[in-house]
Amino acid sequence: MEIIVIVATIILIIAAILTIHYKDLVAAVVASSVVSLIASIYFYILQAPDVALTEAAIGVGLTTIIFMITIRKTRRMEE
Amino acid sequence: MRKALAVIFLGIIGYYLLAVFFQIPFGIDRIINGVAHKYLSDGVQKTGGVNIITSIVVNYRGFDTLGEVTVLFLAATGVGALFFQKEPMHRSRQNASIIVKTGARILFPLTIILGAYVFIHGHLTPGGGFQGGSIIASGFLLMFMSFRSYHVSHKVLSWIESLAGLTFVTIGLLGLVYGWSFLQNFLPFGQPNALFSAGVIPLIYIAVGFKVGSELTALLDTMLKTVK
Repeated sequence: MEIIVIVATIILIIAAILTIHYKDLVAAVVASSVVSLIASIYFYILQAPDVALTEAAIGVGLTTIIFMITIRKTRRMEE
Repeated sequence: MRKALAVIFLGIIGYYLLAVFFQIPFGIDRIINGVAHKYLSDGVQKTGGVNIITSIVVNYRGFDTLGEVTVLFLAATGVGALFFQKEPMHRSRQNASIIVKTGARILFPLTIILGAYVFIHGHLTPGGGFQGGSIIASGFLLMFMSFRSYHVSHKVLSWIESLAGLTFVTIGLLGLVYGWSFLQNFLPFGQPNALFSAGVIPLIYIAVGFKVGSELTALLDTMLKTVK
């Protein structure tokens, strides 16, 4: 369990930094959905399965697709 | 000048926040002394629901949930108004590959059943109306992305949504009639851990599940149709 938490934390921090760093917005959205995925694993480890379900369904699924549609309608690269 | 004002305002806000936080003694177990302990020890007897989180969301804080559903409804209405066009719209994506299509056809009913399971068993297992509704919406999303001609009727969706919202408010008003407050429980609790238990909690969560599912499906369909 310790190792899972350490690895998850490292991936979470790297993905969060990449989300801010990427100029390509599609890559940034994918990185932010990775943040949501790891956060949902965290909620499960911390015994909050309800929040984990919400985070997995909304954070990983619907938010990502809504951002993708928005990027499709606007511009892909950040200036 | 403006920066100095901002710093002064931040200082005032920070001072009062600190003053409030210093009132709370540090290092005390809030679960044993606070309101959480009350919920954990009395929740099952008072609400009949085994999943305490659902009991809090729907029973103790039922009015907040009604407000939450209203906020989601307003957000969906706003997006719909923003993307409204007079002529009927079509999704202009190309058809997906045969692998995606076959997978979507197999996964779609399973996703819908999973979503329905999550919101029907909201008082027994983790999950509830919001989670189940968004799972159902992602099932529909899979179909939208895979089949160009897949069509949902917005009229049916808005009927489902309105009826679900009406059911929520009606259950609340029935609580006012048969009990003494809005959203008061008026049905028998039944056996804990059984599907038909916890009074009005499953009814409200089923209504919320239908409402959130139809709302998000309509929202995604409207958004996908505007993509060129």
